[in-house]
Amino acid sequence: MLETLSNIFHLIFSESFILTVVTASTPLLLASSGELVVERSGVLNLGVEGMMIVGAACGFAGTFWSGSTLVGALCGILAGAMLSAIFGILTLGLAVNQVATGLALTIFGVGLSGLIGAQFVGERIVPAAHLYLPVLTGIPGIGRIVFGEDPFVYVSIALIIGIWLFLYRTRAGLVLRAVGDNHASAHALGYPVLRLRMLAVLFGGACAGLAGAYLPLAYTPFFIPGMTSGRGWIALALVVFASWRPGRLVVGAYLFGAVSILGLALQPLQLGIPQQVMNMLPYLATVVVLVLISRTRGTAGSAAPASLGMVFVPDR
Amino acid sequence: MLDPSPASDPLRSAPLLSAVSISKRYGDFLANDGIDLDLFPAEIHALLGENGAGKSTLVKVMYGLIQPSGGELRWMGQKVVLSGPSEARNLGIGMVFQHFTLFENLNVAENVALGLPPTESFAAISERLRETARVYGLPLDPKREVWRLSVGERQRIEIVRALMQNPKLLILDEPTSVLTPQEADLLFVVLERLKAEGRAILYISHKLEEVKRLCDTATILRGGKKVATCNPRQETAASLARMMVGGEIGEVKAASGRDTLVPRLVIKNLSLEPDDPHGTRLEDVSLEVRGGEIVGIAGVAGNGQDELFAALSGERLAPGEGAIVIEGEGVGLLDVTQRRRMGAAFVPEERLGHGTAPRMKLSENALLTGHAASGMVKKGFIDKPATLAHVDRTTKSFDVRKAKRDPEAVSLSGGNLQKFVVGREILREPRVLVVSQPTWGVDAGAAATIRQALLDLAARGAAVLVISQDLDELAEVADRIAVMFHGQLSAPLKAAEATRERLGLLMGGANTERESTETETKHAVGA
Amino acid sequence: MQLVLEKRAERSTLIAVTSPLIAVALTLITFAILFAIMGKNPIEALYVYFIEPLTDPFTLQEIAVKATPLVMIAVGLALCYIANIWNIGAEGQFIVGAVCGSWLAVRTNGTDVGPWLLPVMLLLGAIGGALYGLIPAICRVYFGASEILTSLMLVYIANLGLDYMVRGPWRDPQGLNFPTTAAFDPAASIGTLFEGTGRLHAGSIIALFVVMLIAVLLGRTLMGFQIRLVGAAPRAARFSGFNADRLVLFSFAVSGALAGLAGIIEVAGPIGHLDPGVPSGYGFTAIIVAFLGRLNPIGILIAGLFLALTFIGGEGAQISLKVPLDLTKVFQGILLFYVLACDSMIVYRIRLLRTQKRVVPVHA
Repeated sequence: MLETLSNIFHLIFSESFILTVVTASTPLLLASSGELVVERSGVLNLGVEGMMIVGAACGFAGTFWSGSTLVGALCGILAGAMLSAIFGILTLGLAVNQVATGLALTIFGVGLSGLIGAQFVGERIVPAAHLYLPVLTGIPGIGRIVFGEDPFVYVSIALIIGIWLFLYRTRAGLVLRAVGDNHASAHALGYPVLRLRMLAVLFGGACAGLAGAYLPLAYTPFFIPGMTSGRGWIALALVVFASWRPGRLVVGAYLFGAVSILGLALQPLQLGIPQQVMNMLPYLATVVVLVLISRTRGTAGSAAPASLGMVFVPDR
Repeated sequence: MLDPSPASDPLRSAPLLSAVSISKRYGDFLANDGIDLDLFPAEIHALLGENGAGKSTLVKVMYGLIQPSGGELRWMGQKVVLSGPSEARNLGIGMVFQHFTLFENLNVAENVALGLPPTESFAAISERLRETARVYGLPLDPKREVWRLSVGERQRIEIVRALMQNPKLLILDEPTSVLTPQEADLLFVVLERLKAEGRAILYISHKLEEVKRLCDTATILRGGKKVATCNPRQETAASLARMMVGGEIGEVKAASGRDTLVPRLVIKNLSLEPDDPHGTRLEDVSLEVRGGEIVGIAGVAGNGQDELFAALSGERLAPGEGAIVIEGEGVGLLDVTQRRRMGAAFVPEERLGHGTAPRMKLSENALLTGHAASGMVKKGFIDKPATLAHVDRTTKSFDVRKAKRDPEAVSLSGGNLQKFVVGREILREPRVLVVSQPTWGVDAGAAATIRQALLDLAARGAAVLVISQDLDELAEVADRIAVMFHGQLSAPLKAAEATRERLGLLMGGANTERESTETETKHAVGA
Repeated sequence: MQLVLEKRAERSTLIAVTSPLIAVALTLITFAILFAIMGKNPIEALYVYFIEPLTDPFTLQEIAVKATPLVMIAVGLALCYIANIWNIGAEGQFIVGAVCGSWLAVRTNGTDVGPWLLPVMLLLGAIGGALYGLIPAICRVYFGASEILTSLMLVYIANLGLDYMVRGPWRDPQGLNFPTTAAFDPAASIGTLFEGTGRLHAGSIIALFVVMLIAVLLGRTLMGFQIRLVGAAPRAARFSGFNADRLVLFSFAVSGALAGLAGIIEVAGPIGHLDPGVPSGYGFTAIIVAFLGRLNPIGILIAGLFLALTFIGGEGAQISLKVPLDLTKVFQGILLFYVLACDSMIVYRIRLLRTQKRVVPVHA
């Protein structure tokens, strides 16, 4: 027993494990960052999984045909944004129920990605290059973790920092938070609520698309139908877990990233737990976390933006 | 028609803002119909009219929130088109809304910053805010989150925010509806000061005594049209009311000789934590309402009235069954349906969304409270003809005007829907009726119908509890009046003893007994 | 000039009735265009998708077979969605129902137990689905956790659980190492109704019965009124005396039961055994069926048949037109978008607003 625990301990703190945690967490962080901004503006976009998976297919296609990771990433971003535009037109332009539209977007996205990606099954691309700095990357233990990641990782960190600065240090961010708090008041003060929300939605779509593109471009260098495996949904749960705050989002993303690959990482230890049960871990963890989070917050009140998910049709 | 207002004085300066034949149409409905209005500097101009007359619409046009369907605005003589509130603010128009445009989860400074153009730094705004608030006697702490503030304090944010833009014209929409009489007095001091500074003030209200006290000119709207412009100090409250309403409204009469012995509703030491973390905790509330009497609960919104209503109706259960007693039975732990079966009825403050489902038909809304004990449900199945019959009866008895036999609730006007909601309960001949804000946002005719119905119900022996922010209304119908403040209920005063001043003090948190004896002694000494 | 959305004074009954038809028409037009772009003849493609399956008695029965689980699940979902309770985990409840019912079949495989076997299997399926559906309901009622996320997570968990069972304890020993249970005994199977002409089975009759039951429940009973009220005006529902928590539990239990029942019917009927491919996305397609049918049981029946038609048509198109099967999913997604958009027109209208030119005077 003690030996097993010791093995697990050594495994968790090994450089290779932490590297895999970082790569597993990055798509979660990218997708949930975008959704955080969307929800802060008062919109609930459940279609993250759909946008991610289309981003994966388009990202792969872009890199496959151009040979460049950057082109692939841009394709993913564009794909995610375009899909989110459909969501925006329906929910903001036609005041359609956001939950239903988000679900429709997921179903559509999954089908569309299958369509686009079918031709790429079995193909390989060159995975994204990792950073290499002469002395720094070579530092034993942490060198590769801090200075040897692929570009997406650095983008994801820069992104969440940028979002934090935007929300809490700029005027535009303040207006966005106000819109999410009370869209009627924001409208009465003259702010273009629908336009701001649309911009947020497009941003969220772009992030989700990038997150999806990450999977074939850097995580596993080929395309598998359904390769997002519910990460989009976990990203949604992460936003709740983070109480809509950027700092906590990073913690949550990395925690869930760790949980999601724990099963695979512990396999060599031959613990006797069926593989399927290990694979259940991230999903079980999500349920547990959601239950605990909502419970502890229960009497303290919800931290959610007050107008989240509510339809807004301006009076003219 | 002779226009006695100061506007006819040729020595006066030109108008600051003029509305010239402003109209606003919503589909078939004409909210504003060719209205002319001139606002002059250093003048407090009242905009009078009952609920639904078009005052808020006109003012939103002036602030650029709504585009007029016809007519134009002129600022200092020149035509102007405002496509949004920021343009109005640039001209020098400031507005204090009736329903505050605040963001609860942001702090005071952030709320103020959002109402100002983005040219100043946040730190500068915080400083200026503190200074302006101090200068005008409306202290504010920039760092406090809005949800922690009382209604009166929230209004201060609205006012200070408007003042920080140095407005030439300040519009206030029903500002005293959420204030105690003493807070209203303080507001008037601020307004007089602004007038002395040369600013123009447009003051929307339906409270005639206030207008007569404060305003130099009054324009009266009725049914979307301008009916008159006059000097309110030269009119009586009655003549103003007549112009507002367009005729005489029958006086509401209370029947005499009512039997008021049996306590039908008793609240005993009710203490309750609020559901909503921003809500108010009820502290040891006690009250007795006897058959045949109407007891009023006065108080500014946000002092626990919602929580008390929810506890009485059964939407929230009390800590113990004896906390609430209806017809001698402890009902504290019973739910709404069970309380209705015991002969209680309830009318909540919000008619759309709480009292009725807006997008459901009236017959279904009749079922909403009627399924408990009115023969509309047989073995789990709905008796549709019975629900329709109920709607017909309510329509007839309460003069509910509607476009067809069974329309959606949202298609009725405020007054008619309120008549339906009140009538729906009264037709069940309840022994206990609890009603919150019975005539809020309702036209004068419907308000009179409703108040008379309450009085008649009490005359038939029922115990009626009326929660209301409107002191005039309570003066009209209540036999005894208590005041809610911070979740506590004062001892009820008899109607004759419940003067505006005493109620105002209680609404502001003053302690009844001590305070009033001190004032009396002071008066006696100072006489 | 600006396009603005405006609330109608009253719901437009004309659009309420025609909106699904308009949505279908718009989708067909979109697809005709798509086919043309892909280089296929649009008329031929539409024929293969929508008309051809109706010409053959076998495919006609296939449509009913495909529609059965869709309709059964969708009717349960409608019950939830009307009340703004978002059960996204029907796929998981379907799987758990299939697993629970199959347990008995696997246990008794090869032995002779009697005619009560099949009914008990169906009952187990319904109960299993109901219990699994109660998990997200309990999370919402007692912990305030979002039922959307919890019910969905449970789908992945159920899928993995099924995978484990059929690869491990329940694997057919004679199955040549394929991950599948042994074929069910005839006593544990739902036989076809018209032997030889097609695969139509008694499950379809059960589905019809369920449709009628829920239709009566929603339209005529106080319970149905409660469900509609909670979705339309939750505060008014509380004022009316209805317990929202109990409703959440009830709705999830019923829709879970229906999804579970659909699951075991599919396994005991057309499929005949349990394997990892059993969950074929019915739980998610049923969401589209529910919305397309406007959350109305009769509408869902029609919508289910229509969507089943597109599935069968899609299979045919894959063979004759070399069009990928995923196109059907895309079709369904686009259809749902159009349905939602058209439904919005029941409550709102679009108006062209002439914005006046900005005229701001020079400051004095």
